[in-house]
Amino acid sequence: MSDELLLQLDGVSMQYGKGETAITALSGVDLQVHAGELVAIMGASGSGKSTLLTIAGGLTTPTSGEVIVEGEWLSTMAAAGIAALRRRTLGFVFQDFNLIPALTALENVTLPLELDGWKRRKARSVGLDALCAVELTDRADRFPDDLSGGQQQRVAIARAIVGTRRLILADEPTGALDSTTGEVVLRMLRGRVDNGAGGILVTHDARHAAWADRIVFQRDGRIIDESAVPSVDQLLIPATGA
Amino acid sequence: MSVRQSLLAILDQGPCYGYQLRSEFDRRTGSTWPLNVGQIYNTLDRLERDGLVEKADHDTEGQIYYRITDTGRAEVAGWLGSPVVRSTATRDELAIKLAVAVTLPGVDIGRVIQVQRTATLRTLQELTKTKSATDAPESSEDLAWLLVVDSLIFAAEAEVRWLDHSESRLARASAAGHAAPLPLSTEVPKRGRPAKIHTAAGAK
Repeated sequence: MSDELLLQLDGVSMQYGKGETAITALSGVDLQVHAGELVAIMGASGSGKSTLLTIAGGLTTPTSGEVIVEGEWLSTMAAAGIAALRRRTLGFVFQDFNLIPALTALENVTLPLELDGWKRRKARSVGLDALCAVELTDRADRFPDDLSGGQQQRVAIARAIVGTRRLILADEPTGALDSTTGEVVLRMLRGRVDNGAGGILVTHDARHAAWADRIVFQRDGRIIDESAVPSVDQLLIPATGA
Repeated sequence: MSVRQSLLAILDQGPCYGYQLRSEFDRRTGSTWPLNVGQIYNTLDRLERDGLVEKADHDTEGQIYYRITDTGRAEVAGWLGSPVVRSTATRDELAIKLAVAVTLPGVDIGRVIQVQRTATLRTLQELTKTKSATDAPESSEDLAWLLVVDSLIFAAEAEVRWLDHSESRLARASAAGHAAPLPLSTEVPKRGRPAKIHTAAGAK
């Protein structure tokens, strides 16, 4: 892990609705992801893990707090600027792959580059590098339907790290895969992070979270880092009235 | 018993001497549960007593070889063909600890669970790191080692899931008022160790 901060959440809160019916999904969340670091977020269904990911990726604006991606403060940017930043710096990996069926594996990978104005030839060369990193160069011209689930997810990882993109936001990326294929995908994800990317891995599965450098828990809208082992004194409730 | 059966299964491949058996067991189990030579020879003595192996020739260096008997072969086949039944009576240290802790006053059981989960997740991370250093297995030894590591990984995962489950069960029980600590029972068991009869001097 390097000192380079790729993502920083400062006091991020998210509330849906207003007044008495308001629901707090996130409450004062602080989180940092450095280059070369994979952070796993675990938590029960409905604990707000996916909300956190969409906020980190600039898809949702938090009610309060700051999101800083590679030094850029999202709160100071217009929607078009955030979209451009997203194309250049971060990629999502979803449980159901989210590849465009009418595009080949390579075209899926190069789409964000082309939307960002890259020349086709250059985008193709960089896209092939990304596919090579997930060992899928020989499937570049296949359509998603011709690929296995594991291969589709590897294409999604290639898309997430193509060009200058270095921040991977993965939401249950192995959820639709059998355990052996899921492990191959996690190994690829881990490999990309070891090569300088940073990532958040949202999962409810401890076995998958264990591929991360750091595991935090999301509970009641808050992030809890349990990695600090409490002292024995903290396990005992102080006697009252003594 | 699995050590005894494993050694017997290895002997089914051909006669071995004690130290050789130890290294064969090690390389087939990823050196996860190292055995000392004393354990090996004790096991061989018992296997010989039970007629499952017999002493064969010794080599020029004086190593005594053991050879499996027909009864031993039948035992190996029976072992491989039958499931391992885990006795529910086997004590689980962690289950005992949580069960007792939940009945004690002044213990933050939530923190006890958290401490355990942190430790188990750390183990899980270490095991995963160990495994991630190996790509696809390139030999039977690699494969056997990976199976053992996977087994430890799945066991740690199960423990984390059980801890999560215990945590939510505890929260529900607390909300329903069913998680109060247990005071010592006023009903004294009828049987127990009889009190020592005190001498006249001791009774004062």
